[in-house]
Amino acid sequence: MTGRVLMAAAMLFLLAFLASPESFASLFKPFTRNNAPAIYTQTGLMSLTLSHLGLVLLAVIASTLIAVTLAILVTRPSGREFLPLARTVTSVGQTFPPVAVLALAVPVMGFGAGPTLVALFLYGLLPVFENALAGLTGQSPQVQEAARGMGLTPRQRLWQVELPLALPVILTGVRLTAVISLGTATIGSTVAAKTLGELIIAGLLSSNTAFVLQGGMVVGILAVLIYEGFQRLEQLAAARIGQG
Amino acid sequence: MAFRISRTGLLFALIGLAGLALPFVQFKPNRIVPGEGLRLFDALSLPLGWMIGLVLGAVLIAGCLERWPARLRLTVALLSVIAVTLALGAAATQLTPPDNTLARVSPSSGFWLLLLAFALMLADAQSRITLGLPIRLAMLIGAMVLIAVILGSGVLDGVSVMREYAARSDLFAREAAGHLVLAFGSLGLALLIGLPLGVAIYESPAMRRPVLGILNILQTIPSLALFGIMIPIFGWIAANIPGAAQAGVAGIGLFPALVALFLYSLLPVVSNTLTGLIGVNPATREAAAGLGMTRPQILVQVLIPLALPVLLAAIRIVLVQNIGLAVIAGLIGGGGFGTFVFQGLNQTAMDLVLLGALPTIALALVAGIALDLLVEATGGAPKGGQA
Repeated sequence: MTGRVLMAAAMLFLLAFLASPESFASLFKPFTRNNAPAIYTQTGLMSLTLSHLGLVLLAVIASTLIAVTLAILVTRPSGREFLPLARTVTSVGQTFPPVAVLALAVPVMGFGAGPTLVALFLYGLLPVFENALAGLTGQSPQVQEAARGMGLTPRQRLWQVELPLALPVILTGVRLTAVISLGTATIGSTVAAKTLGELIIAGLLSSNTAFVLQGGMVVGILAVLIYEGFQRLEQLAAARIGQG
Repeated sequence: MAFRISRTGLLFALIGLAGLALPFVQFKPNRIVPGEGLRLFDALSLPLGWMIGLVLGAVLIAGCLERWPARLRLTVALLSVIAVTLALGAAATQLTPPDNTLARVSPSSGFWLLLLAFALMLADAQSRITLGLPIRLAMLIGAMVLIAVILGSGVLDGVSVMREYAARSDLFAREAAGHLVLAFGSLGLALLIGLPLGVAIYESPAMRRPVLGILNILQTIPSLALFGIMIPIFGWIAANIPGAAQAGVAGIGLFPALVALFLYSLLPVVSNTLTGLIGVNPATREAAAGLGMTRPQILVQVLIPLALPVLLAAIRIVLVQNIGLAVIAGLIGGGGFGTFVFQGLNQTAMDLVLLGALPTIALALVAGIALDLLVEATGGAPKGGQA
C-alpha cells in the first residue's frame, strides 16, 4: 500500500515538474553557480521527455515483437536447428556494451535519432529473447501432453497454452529492456538524438549541476515507475495462469 | 545420394554472400570525408581478390550441406575468419598509395557481414560439440594469442583503425590502463563494501528491503547523470574537507567515474551475496553449528565457499557491465576507451570511434567468457550458452 502511495506521489511530482518546471526553480537554485539559470529552457522539458519516451517506446515495441517472434520460431520443431546458435548469440550479444553499439550505429545511420533507435532496438532484443526462450522452453511436458491430448492444433497450443504460460517471464524481459533503454537513450544525446540526455550534457558542458540533477531525476523517476508498472503486469499475468 | 540442406548454413551463406556483393572496404582520401566503396574482388590485386573471394564463397555454399562434422566446420569457420581479416590488411596495404599518410582504408559493410557470417558459423559449430572446460579455456587463450599475433605482425597496419592507433599509441596505452583501473577498481571497491553489506543484511532480515530498495533506485539513475552528479559532489569535498584532496579525492578525472561505477556495482554484489547465502541448505548450517563452529567460522568456512558460484556470477555481471559503462567516463574526462569514442564522434572520425569501441567490446567479451568458465568450474550454471 505504501508502495502505491509513493508511486502515485512520484508520478504527481514528475507531472507537476514537467508541466511547470519554473515553479521548481528555487529547489534547484542552490545547485547553480554564478547566477546560472536553474531550469533548462533551450528545449521544453516536456517535449524532451516525450521524445525520450517515444524513442524508448518505439524501440521496446519493435524489439519485443521481433524477439518474441524469433523465440517462437526457434522453439517450433521446424526451427529447432537454430536454437543452440540463438542461445550463444544471445549470451555473447549481451556482453556488447550498449554505448559501443550506439557508437557503431553512427557510421551506418548518421547522427540523430536513427542510431539511437537502432542501438536501443538491437540491445533490447536480447533480454526479451532470452526470457521468451526460457518461458517457452521451461514448460512442463505434462502440460504440453495434456494440450495435445485435448486435440489442440500446434497453433492453438501456441496461442492458448504456451504463450499465456510464458507471458510473465516474457514481461520480465520487456521490463529489463525498457529500463535499460531508458538509461541508454540518455547517451543518445551524444549523437544528437532528442532525449533527456540533452539536459544532462548541457549541464556537464556548462558545469551546471542543476541541469544534471533534473535530467537524472526525470529519467530515474520514469524508470522506477515503468519498473513498478511492469511488475504489476507480471503479477497479473502470473495470477491469470494460477501462479499468483 | 541425397544431401539435406542445413538451414543454419543457408542463413550464414546469405549473410556472407551479401558481404561479398557489398563494399569490402572504403577508400577515403583523408580520415573525415566519405569514401569510395570497393568490393572484395576489386579491393585486392587481380588474382588474389578473386581467389580469396571464390574460396570464401565456396565455403559459404558448402556450409549449406548437412554432411559436415561439427569439428571440421569449426576449423573451416575459424580459418575463414582469419582469411577475411588478413584480406582486409592486404587490401589496405595495396590500396594505400606509398608515401600517402592521409588516405585511409576502412573496413566496410561487406567486411563486417563476412566476419559476422563466419563468426556465426563458428558459434553454431561450437555450440553443437560439448567441449570440456580445459579445452574451452585453451580456446579462449588461443584466440587471444591469435589476435595478439595478427595485430603484432603488422599485416593490419594499413587499416584505418590501426593508423589511428599508430598516431596515438602512447595515449592508447594510457587510456587502456585507465579503462582497466575503472572497471576492476570499481569491482574491487564493490566487493570490499558489498560483501560485508550482503552478509549484514543476511544476518538481519529487517534491513533487506530498505538496503536493496536504495540500491535498486541507485541503479535506475541513468549512468550519464550519475557520472555528472559525482563531479560537483567530489569537487566540493576536495575543496572543503581538509585532507580529502591529499587522499586523492577530486572532482575531475578518474575519481568521480570510479565512484559512479562502484555505486552501480553494489546492487549485483549485495543481492547475489544475499541470494547465495540464503541458498545454502539450512541443514548444512546446522551441521556446522553442531560441530561447534562459531558464527564467523561458519560464515567464512562454510557459507561463503558454498555461495561462491553465485558470487562469481555477480562478479561477471559487474565486470561486463562496468567495462561497458566505463566508456561514459570518456565524456566527463575520466579517461578510458570512451575518450576515443567521444573524440571520434565529435570529429565525425569513425575510425577513432572504432579504436575506442572495438577494444571495449573485446575486453567485455573476454571478461564475460572467462568468468562464465570460472562460474562453471566452481559448479554453478553458466550465464549463457557455451563460451
